[in-house]
Amino acid sequence: MKPLHELTLAEIQSLLQQKQLSSREITQHYLDRIAQQNSTYNCYISIDDQGALSAADAADAAIAGGANGALLGVPFAHKDIFCTQGIKTTCGSKMLDNFIPPYDATVVAKMKADGAVMLGKTNMDEFAMGSSNETSYFGAVKNPWDLDTVPGGSSGGSAAAVAARLAPAATGTDTGGSIRQPAALCGITGLKPTYGRVSRYGMIAFASSLDQAGPMTRTAEDAALLLNSMSGHDAKDSTSTDIAVPDYTATLNQPIKGLKIGLPKEYFDDRLDTAMASKVQAALAELEKLGAVLVDIELPNSALSVPAYYVIAPAEASSNLSRFDGVRYGYRCENPKDLEDLYTRTRTEGFGDEVKRRILVGAYALSAGYYDAYYRKAQQVRRLIKQDFVSAFEKVDIIAGPTSPSPAFKFGEKGDDPVAMYLEDIYTIAVNLAGLPAMSLPAGMMNNMPVGLQLVGNYFAEQQLLNAAHQFQTVTDWHQQSPVTD
Amino acid sequence: MTITPEQIAITAGLAKLKIDGDDAIEVAKRIGAILELVDQMQAVDTSNVEPMANSLDAVQRLRADNAIRPENPIETRDALQQIAPAIEEGLFLVPKVID
Repeated sequence: MKPLHELTLAEIQSLLQQKQLSSREITQHYLDRIAQQNSTYNCYISIDDQGALSAADAADAAIAGGANGALLGVPFAHKDIFCTQGIKTTCGSKMLDNFIPPYDATVVAKMKADGAVMLGKTNMDEFAMGSSNETSYFGAVKNPWDLDTVPGGSSGGSAAAVAARLAPAATGTDTGGSIRQPAALCGITGLKPTYGRVSRYGMIAFASSLDQAGPMTRTAEDAALLLNSMSGHDAKDSTSTDIAVPDYTATLNQPIKGLKIGLPKEYFDDRLDTAMASKVQAALAELEKLGAVLVDIELPNSALSVPAYYVIAPAEASSNLSRFDGVRYGYRCENPKDLEDLYTRTRTEGFGDEVKRRILVGAYALSAGYYDAYYRKAQQVRRLIKQDFVSAFEKVDIIAGPTSPSPAFKFGEKGDDPVAMYLEDIYTIAVNLAGLPAMSLPAGMMNNMPVGLQLVGNYFAEQQLLNAAHQFQTVTDWHQQSPVTD
Repeated sequence: MTITPEQIAITAGLAKLKIDGDDAIEVAKRIGAILELVDQMQAVDTSNVEPMANSLDAVQRLRADNAIRPENPIETRDALQQIAPAIEEGLFLVPKVID
């Protein structure tokens, strides 16, 4: 048998059910690996040894009693943005370094109910604001493929943990590419569902109209297993959609003959690195061999997605982050001399530079005299971007392109130039503005670093996306490549 | 669109952040670059386009206007306040506001 940490979720589940493996055994195996190797990658902020082992024992007892479940006894990690009752939840910030939530996020509760075993909480850019993990208060995560390069962000800890085999799967969140870009840079599979598919309750808010949680796994099949558990209507999230959740694993094996895949000319123009373009073309050729039909399409307003995003996301963030005031929970400054001083020093000391920048941009864009020029304008552009996709989906089933403009870059390479960092998400952001589902799949290597293929689906068409992704993974082995040698 | 260090200091004050002096000059430079990026939007005509706040154009779902009370309000309050920086008799403590 291959090493335990090379097993996929589906393989673990099957061995657990056949009683060839116990949940305690696989959980302990991962806890040992984390204890030995987390200092190398810094992908976990908190590790819950005791909680994991007791959940594993409970799962083993349930399995012995005849219980069955896709995630029962299967270990995984949560991004440290999901509130976990009794377990520190930092969101990568000094502001929440002491925050122990009194409740579980809906995603956490659902996965707990399904018997999944949480190993710990993964590192991330502060308040999910970043594309390199360099903004975390707890230090940057290192890319397991090359320790001098970034893992991407903001779900960089989750991506690195899965790539380094310190978790078989993890949850992430994606506001402008925060699942897909780190998945691409670390060579794993990541899915951002349709806005409203997964509850945001208990997921610390960054930009509420864009935030969406999703799975980060080794394979599309595993992503389907996790999405089955994470999805569904939740009365506690007023933007949660009340549409039945299909079994995402049921359609994985369908042939994709005749699937129409649109290639936006804006994603393949001369701004795309030629080496990256050839990797993406090679991946598309594989899909063509499976019977997919490639169709040229246009998304004429896609160049405006980064500008519109950097009004809408900071505006929502400036509002969401106003709750961190040092009064009810989280960090409070020492010896405040009055209430104003309490608020201002708590926030000035508790937030990092990038978070402050975004609060400022947001507050400025919403301020009197600028609201129409910035916020209203961005919301109008947002509609144009959505309409581009709606028109495209009249002609095609799926849209494909690169996930990121380049493979993982070196630490410090983007310097402290926020705009250079923002352009890292040039291919992912439009999807969030439109609210569509999208995946990143391992699709090749450039200079020994992974690159990602992005597939974008129509609203609530996660089944179709996962089907195409799974079929791609039956004829390619990029998702099986590993930076781990032991 | 440029932004001055003075505008940064004022906006920071509104957001309950303190950024002034040399910091404000530095932050103004970086935020100026972000606003330059954002200004690319101005090139497109949106005069007849309805603003979009929700990608599914969903509206706020409302529930019946009935209060939901916890079974044990005092215990619930105490549990929630365990993580507060300073409390007394179920109240959050802040520096004195009124003399």
